[in-house]
Amino acid sequence: MSENHEHKPKGYTTGDIHNQFVEEHETPNAKKVIWRTFWILLFITIFEVAISFTGLNKELLQWIFVALTIVKAGYIVGYFMHLIHERFSFRYSILLPFILIAYLIFIALKEGVYLNFVK
Amino acid sequence: MSATVTLDKSKVWGGGTSPFGVSWGKMYMWFFLVSDAFTFSTLLVAYGTLRHRFTEIWPMPNIVFTHFPFIHGHVPLAYVGLMTFILIMSSVTMVLAVEGGHRRHNKDVALWLGLTIIGGLMFVGSQAWEWYHFIVGTEHGAYILADGTWAKLVEHGKEALQLANGTIVEGPRVHELLAGAKQFHGANLVINEYGSTPLFANFFFFITGFHGFHVFSGVVINFIIWIKVLNGDYIKRGHYEQVEKVGLYWHFVDLVWVFVFTFFYLV
Repeated sequence: MSENHEHKPKGYTTGDIHNQFVEEHETPNAKKVIWRTFWILLFITIFEVAISFTGLNKELLQWIFVALTIVKAGYIVGYFMHLIHERFSFRYSILLPFILIAYLIFIALKEGVYLNFVK
Repeated sequence: MSATVTLDKSKVWGGGTSPFGVSWGKMYMWFFLVSDAFTFSTLLVAYGTLRHRFTEIWPMPNIVFTHFPFIHGHVPLAYVGLMTFILIMSSVTMVLAVEGGHRRHNKDVALWLGLTIIGGLMFVGSQAWEWYHFIVGTEHGAYILADGTWAKLVEHGKEALQLANGTIVEGPRVHELLAGAKQFHGANLVINEYGSTPLFANFFFFITGFHGFHVFSGVVINFIIWIKVLNGDYIKRGHYEQVEKVGLYWHFVDLVWVFVFTFFYLV
């Protein structure tokens, strides 16, 4: 073990990788970005609750809600979870599997509508 | 067969650089969150599928969730709006704790992580309150008719009765049907006053319960890390990566709530 330790190149330990990541993405206005993200999320949520009382077309409302939810999710994952600062390869290893979920939503909801139709 | 295998060390990858630019711990936290997101996705997709199947008898959320502490009368969506605010707020305090960790400022990390724990406890408490009102139900309740089917009084110009298949009955027939009926309140896994399908309450209990359990575990994990921060463990270690990892988990819990909020309360 001790021998390994001596030959360990820089950038090998968890701490090295972490600190390197922190240094690379150090931004002087990190707090500003956090609070901006917070206000965006809060505004979208209030807007969602507000338009749910307007009596707009129900289907249109649902699409607006889904779209705004994805925007909110994007801000949380991108800025709060720092995914936009990760490497391209890592970002897409995380995001691409969700294509399967999009497909699952498509086939399962179609099935639900069909089951209602033939009941 | 020899049990010993001698490795030629010059041919073995010794690490060196990280291909993804993240440490293994953070990478596995991300991969765990992807799998957890799949679990929540399948639950929500199942909910969506059966909601489409029973679309005409599915209860409207803005009629079901209308309670607010200390306010009598109907305040639809206000309470879950507040719960969403609490959880987003605790996500902000968590990301500020992570930011404090990047500056290696132990006091800031302790402060923001402490506030995150308080936010998490407030959310779990709010959810308990929400469950309580969902289970106890309203004073109006619903009825089990003499033939064992579900029915509920609704306002439809004058007094009307909504039957299990969604049809509305008016006039003297209402009193005829209610003659041998039994009134009940609230919800359980078999029957609920909100709609004639038990699936509505089942999905509500399972999905918000599963999410609430995630919030609770998050609070416990945050608390453990908070103790370590107060102990000065990360000063010795020289980095706050563990705070960042529990931060990822905490934001994920917030992320799931954003979807639960939309699909259970808004649409």
